[in-house]
Amino acid sequence: MHEMSIAMSIVDAVVANAEKEGGVRISGVELLVGKLAGIEAESLKFCFSAATKGTIAEGAALVIGEPEGTGECGECGMRFPVTFYYAECPKCRSLRITIVSGEEFLIQTITIEEEGE
Amino acid sequence: MCDTCGCSGDCGAVLRKPGESDYHVHVNPGTEEHSHSHAGGETHDHDHFPEEHHDRDYMHNHDGGHHHHHEGTSRKIVLEQDVLQQNNLLAERNRGYFEARNIFALNFLSSPGSGKTSLLEKIIPLLHQRFPVAVIEGDQQTTNDADRIHALGVPVIQINTGSGCHLDALMVNRAVKELDLQDNSLLCIENVGNLVCPALFDLGEALKVVIISVTEGDDKPLKYPTMFHEADLCILNKIDLLPYVEFDVAKCRENAMRVNHHLEWFELSATTGEGLAQWQQWLEKRLLHH
Ligand SMILES: Nc1nc2c(ncn2[C@@H]2O[C@H](COP(=O)(O)OP(=O)(O)O)[C@@H](O)[C@H]2O)c(=O)[nH]1
Ligand SMILES: [Mg+2]
Ligand SMILES: [Zn+2]
Ligand SMILES: [Zn+2]
Ligand SMILES: [Zn+2]
Ligand SMILES: [Zn+2]
Ligand SMILES: [Zn+2]
Repeated sequence: MHEMSIAMSIVDAVVANAEKEGGVRISGVELLVGKLAGIEAESLKFCFSAATKGTIAEGAALVIGEPEGTGECGECGMRFPVTFYYAECPKCRSLRITIVSGEEFLIQTITIEEEGE
Repeated sequence: MCDTCGCSGDCGAVLRKPGESDYHVHVNPGTEEHSHSHAGGETHDHDHFPEEHHDRDYMHNHDGGHHHHHEGTSRKIVLEQDVLQQNNLLAERNRGYFEARNIFALNFLSSPGSGKTSLLEKIIPLLHQRFPVAVIEGDQQTTNDADRIHALGVPVIQINTGSGCHLDALMVNRAVKELDLQDNSLLCIENVGNLVCPALFDLGEALKVVIISVTEGDDKPLKYPTMFHEADLCILNKIDLLPYVEFDVAKCRENAMRVNHHLEWFELSATTGEGLAQWQQWLEKRLLHH
């Protein structure tokens, strides 16, 4: 299950950032995982909760945004939805397509709690 | 291995060398990269109510005897950070090191059993009179593959990833420090047999080489598009078995090209050596001008 090591990288990154910001607990994490990024969002959610066990991110609510794939035609400039790395332009039939979204794999935000003594 | 989450955590990958049974080095990501401690450790483990209830001015007591407040101190921080940033940064450092020393690093990727080690066993003796070659072997367990390469008389190190299913830039960084690499050499990195996540982890290699064999399906490129999309060349191995299996070479190639039209394509047999000369020629050319 390769999402586990990815989940661990995410936990390590969010914990490091939270600590830098003076957070004592992470209550929320927002990710952006493009539909073409090669990551199974469901499986990532499962692994995330396991990977946060015993860390300050334990129990954090994970929200995953999954942008759809979008291709842009290199011939006519048409933009259209794609579900895969290869595609044909629906307008001019060109195969020279560049993926302009759907490959994102970002930690967008974290919500931290600071110790209020 | 870590009982709690099943990761290779603190534990981590281990470097081994053939013929040196007492040599073993832990690739320890240290505090910055795998800093999470697990339940039962020193972290304070108390139960929080679900965060939805953790509103501003919300205050709660813990039974553990220690009290603290969370008074309106919830704060959202925008990171916009690549999940694989840490790995990518380290991979770039590896890449810079390879470039400075004119080391041509190849990352070999395939399902288990497609013939990565066999191909290395075949090609290395043909190359290493002209170019120094070194090998990093990745596997979850055993030094079997490193032993096979060691028998060829080239420097080799084994990375055992334990439960980890891919190599990452840190493991390669540590392995390289333990290998006596020569300038102007070829470094072959055999990744863990897996077509999924090794595609996501840059090691700092110059090129990714994906290997499939004719005993797998000709739709493999469509089933693992990320891997074929990331690869620079594809080697179709075991063509000696073509008379015995149902495998449409043209269709497989077409599928691969659909996912990645820049993909270089080779067909060969690591067993009989058929088709090997073309790939050797290509490699030697790239070794001279990369
Ligand atoms: N018939 C045939 N068998 C091969 C060929 N290349 C590798 N094999 C066999 O495939 C099996 C797995 O090979 P190996 O190199 O260990 O695969 P790896 O897991 O990708 O490193 C071994 O039994 C090899 O002998 C080939 O070109 N033809
Ligand atoms: Mg092998
Ligand atoms: Zn078009
Ligand atoms: Zn762990
Ligand atoms: Zn040890
Ligand atoms: Zn608390
Ligand atoms: Zn993996």
